[in-house]
Amino acid sequence: MPRALLFIPLALFVILGGFLWKGLSLDPSALPSALINQPFPSFKLTSLENPERTLTNADFAGKPVVINVWATWCPSCREEHPALLAIAKQNKLALIGINYKDERPAAQQWLSQLGNPYLFNIFDDQGTLGLDLGVYGAPETYLVDAKGIVVYRHVGEITEEAWKEMLHLANVQ
Amino acid sequence: MLTKTRLLLLAYCLKFALVIGLLWIPAFAAIDVYQFNNDAERDRFHTLTTELRCPKCQNQNIADSNAPIAQDLRAKIHTMIGEQRSDQEIVDYMIARYGDFVLYQPRMNSTTYILWFGPILLLLLGIAIVIFISRRNSAKISLTETSSPELDTLEQKKLAALLNDTGKKSS
Repeated sequence: MPRALLFIPLALFVILGGFLWKGLSLDPSALPSALINQPFPSFKLTSLENPERTLTNADFAGKPVVINVWATWCPSCREEHPALLAIAKQNKLALIGINYKDERPAAQQWLSQLGNPYLFNIFDDQGTLGLDLGVYGAPETYLVDAKGIVVYRHVGEITEEAWKEMLHLANVQ
Repeated sequence: MLTKTRLLLLAYCLKFALVIGLLWIPAFAAIDVYQFNNDAERDRFHTLTTELRCPKCQNQNIADSNAPIAQDLRAKIHTMIGEQRSDQEIVDYMIARYGDFVLYQPRMNSTTYILWFGPILLLLLGIAIVIFISRRNSAKISLTETSSPELDTLEQKKLAALLNDTGKKSS
C-alpha cells in the first residue's frame, strides 16, 4: 500500500473537524427567511396610535423603510428599544413598527414612557400580519425597498452589523 | 449497612420515577380543544401538526409545542381545514411563510440533493471499497498459490548444490 494512503483517515478527520469547528459558530436558531426578495405581504390594519386610522402597504410605498416587530410582552424588545431610538435619531431610514399580538393601552403606554422611535405603528393584535411575515420570535426587523420588496430580515435584537447591512442595502450613507 | 443499601435503593427508585415523569411530560404538553366536522378532518389535523416543525422551538413539531407561535399555527391549520383547503395548500402556506425549515420531510431540490442521495452514495462507496479490497486480497492469494512451491529445474539444481555443499561441510 502506498504510504500516502495511510494519511486518508487524517485527511478525513481534518475535514470533519473543519465542519464541526464551523458549526460551533453557527446560530442554530437563525432560519433562512422565505420572504427575502418577496413582496411585503398586503395588509389592512389600524394604527396603534389612532384606532380610526387604517394603514395599508400604500402608507410606506415609494421609499425604503425599516419595519420592526415588537410587543410589550417581549423582554428583548425592551432591551432593543434604546438602539431603535438611536437609529431614529440618525434619521437615515424611516422606522415603522408592527405592534405584534399586544394590547393597545399597554403598547401606547410603552411608547409614551420609553419614547417613540417609529414613524407610525401597525397594530397587529391578532398576529395576522405577523403570521404572513413568518414572524417566529419578536423582535424582528425587516428592510423593505421602495418597490415594497423585503430585502433583509434580522431576527432578534437589532445589532450594529444588521443596521450597517440595512444601510448598505438601502444605499444610504 | 442495611440502611445505606435501602437509601441507595430509594434514591434509585426516585431517579427512575423522575425519568419516567420527564418522559411523560411532552405527551401532555399541548392541550387545546378543537371541534371537527368529521374524523377524517381530525386525522388530517393530527397528521399535519405532527409533520410540521415549530419555527421557534426547533426540535418539536407544532402538535407538541406549547410556544405561542405553535398555538397560532395549530389554530391556523384548524381554520384552513374548516375552509376545506387541501393538505398541500396548507403545507404550501406554511412554507411560504417559514421556508422549507418547517418540513420534517425535506423536499427534493438542488440544496437537498446531498441530503437525499448522500447516504446512498456513501453506501455505494463503501461497497466499492469492500469489493476492491476483497478482490485485491484474493488476487494476492491466487498469486502466491500459482507461484507454486515446486521448483523449476534451475532451482532444483541450486538446491541440490546447496544441500551437497552443507552435506560435505558437516561430514
